[in-house]
Amino acid sequence: MSGAHDRHQLYRAGDTVVHRLAPQCKLLAVLTFVLIVVSTPRTEFWTFGAYAGLLAMVAALAHIPPGIIIRRMAVEVPFVAFAVLLPFISRGDRVDLVGISLSESGLLGAWNILAKGSLGVVASILLAATTEPRTLLLGLERLHMPQLMVQIMQFMFRYANVIGAEMHRMRIARESRGCQGRNIQQLQVVAQSAGALFIRSYERGERVHLAMLSRGYTGTMPPVIDVRAGRSSWAVAAVLPILAIAVSASGWTMRR
Amino acid sequence: MTASGRTPDLPTGTPSLEICGLAYAYPDGYQALYGVDLTIHPGERVAALGPNGAGKTTLVLHLNGILAGGHGTVTVAGMMVTPAHLREIRRRVGIVFQDPDDQLFMPTVREDVAFGPANLGLRGDELGARVRHALDRVGMLDYLDRPPHHLSFGQRRRVAVATVLAMCPEILVLDEPSSNLDPASRRELADILLDLELTTLMVTHDLPYALELCPRAVILDHGVIVASGPTHDLLCDDDLLRRHRLELPFGFDPARLTVP
Repeated sequence: MSGAHDRHQLYRAGDTVVHRLAPQCKLLAVLTFVLIVVSTPRTEFWTFGAYAGLLAMVAALAHIPPGIIIRRMAVEVPFVAFAVLLPFISRGDRVDLVGISLSESGLLGAWNILAKGSLGVVASILLAATTEPRTLLLGLERLHMPQLMVQIMQFMFRYANVIGAEMHRMRIARESRGCQGRNIQQLQVVAQSAGALFIRSYERGERVHLAMLSRGYTGTMPPVIDVRAGRSSWAVAAVLPILAIAVSASGWTMRR
Repeated sequence: MTASGRTPDLPTGTPSLEICGLAYAYPDGYQALYGVDLTIHPGERVAALGPNGAGKTTLVLHLNGILAGGHGTVTVAGMMVTPAHLREIRRRVGIVFQDPDDQLFMPTVREDVAFGPANLGLRGDELGARVRHALDRVGMLDYLDRPPHHLSFGQRRRVAVATVLAMCPEILVLDEPSSNLDPASRRELADILLDLELTTLMVTHDLPYALELCPRAVILDHGVIVASGPTHDLLCDDDLLRRHRLELPFGFDPARLTVP
C-alpha cells in the first residue's frame, strides 16, 4: 500500500533554491507565468521557445531530470489529441502540407493549444515536483484560499489511501464470493458497494470530527508549520514571472 | 511504585474523575447509560470492562463533553463538564480512540501531535518541544516527519497516545487500546502505558490486558456499573464474568498469577 503510494508521489525530495522557496511564492510565480504565457499572441513563435527555455532553467536549478518531466506530460494527451484534430476539421483558408490540405486557422489553433498547454503543464509539474503537497496547501492558505477548502483538500490527501484500501478490501470480499465486476449484470452489486463505501467514509468523517473536537478543534486549523515567506523568497520567486513579462513585452512590441 | 499501585482505599484530595449518576439516551430513544457512578483518584489506573454494547463508548464520549444532555454529572479534577469549560476539559481529558486512522488526521506525525497543543494556543519552540517530548515518551520520536499512513498499526496507536500526551492531560482515557495489535505491539504499548504513570481509565474487554495494567476495575453492563474492585478479584469470579458476557482467553487462569 505505502509502496504504491510512494511511486505515485509527484514530489521529488531535494534541497535546491527552488525547493527552499516558500510555497505561496512558488504558487504565485507559476500562476503569473501561466497567465503571461496564455496572453502572448500565438503567432510570435519565438516567445514560446523563450518561455520553454525559462522553464528548462528552473528544472535545471531544481535538479529535475527532463525524462521525468516528459513522462509526466502524459496527462496532456487528451488535449493533444483534440489539438491534432483541429487542422483537419476547421474551416477557412487551406494550406497544403506534404500533400494534405489543412486549415490555416486550424493549424494555428492547434499550435496555440499545444504550446500554451504544454508550458502550463510543465510549470505545474515543476511546482508539484519541488513542493510537498502539505506545504502547497499551507501556501494556498497563506494566499487567502478559504480555510474550509484547504482543510477539505488536506483531508483528501490524508484519507485517499485509507478509503482506497477500504475499497480494495470490499472488492476482494466481493470477488471471493464469485462476483465479477466486469459482468454488466453485476453492475448493481458494484453500485451498492459504492454506496456502502460512501456511507463508511461518511461515518469515518464523523469519527474523525469527534477526535478533532476532543483535542480542542473549534473550526479553524491552528498554525502548526510556519511557512511565512521572507523578502528574499519573494524576490527569487519573482525572477520567473519577471523574465516571462520581458519576453511577452518584446513579443507584443515586435508584433506592432 | 507510587499511587498507581494503590487500590480503592482512598487517596484523599480532589479526584481526577468523578462521575455521578450519569444517564443518557440517544436522540433515537435508545438508552445507553442508566446511572453510572465512578470515581478515579490521581495516579490510579482503572479498567472499565464490559461486553460490546454495554455503553462503554457512550461513557467515554461523556468524559470530555462530546455527549451531554442526559442526567448526572461528570467532574474532571474539580471542574464540571459543561459547555462553558469545554476547552479546558478537553485539555484535561485525553481520549485515545479505538481506530488510530480516526485520531491521526493530519498529514504528518509532527503536525498531528501538534494539533492539540496548538489549539490550546502554543506556538513556535514551545510547541515543538511539547511535540518532541510527547513522541519521546511513546518511543516514536524518529518518526516525526512521516505521514501516519506509512506507519504500522502499533506505531499509529502509539502516536495516537502521543497526540493526547502533548496536551498534558489530567487523565488518559483509552478506548480498547489493545484491539488489532499483534502480541509484540501489545506488549510494547503496555510497557509504555505503565511507564507513563498517568491517571488512566481504560475501556476494554481484553481481560488479561486489564489485569496487567490496571489494579482496579469496574464492570459495565446494560448501562450500569455492576461490579467494582481489584481487577484480580473480579477476574477470579467466574459467575460474575459469565453473567456479563465477559470471558477469559482459553488457558488463562488469573488465580494462578501473583499480581503486583
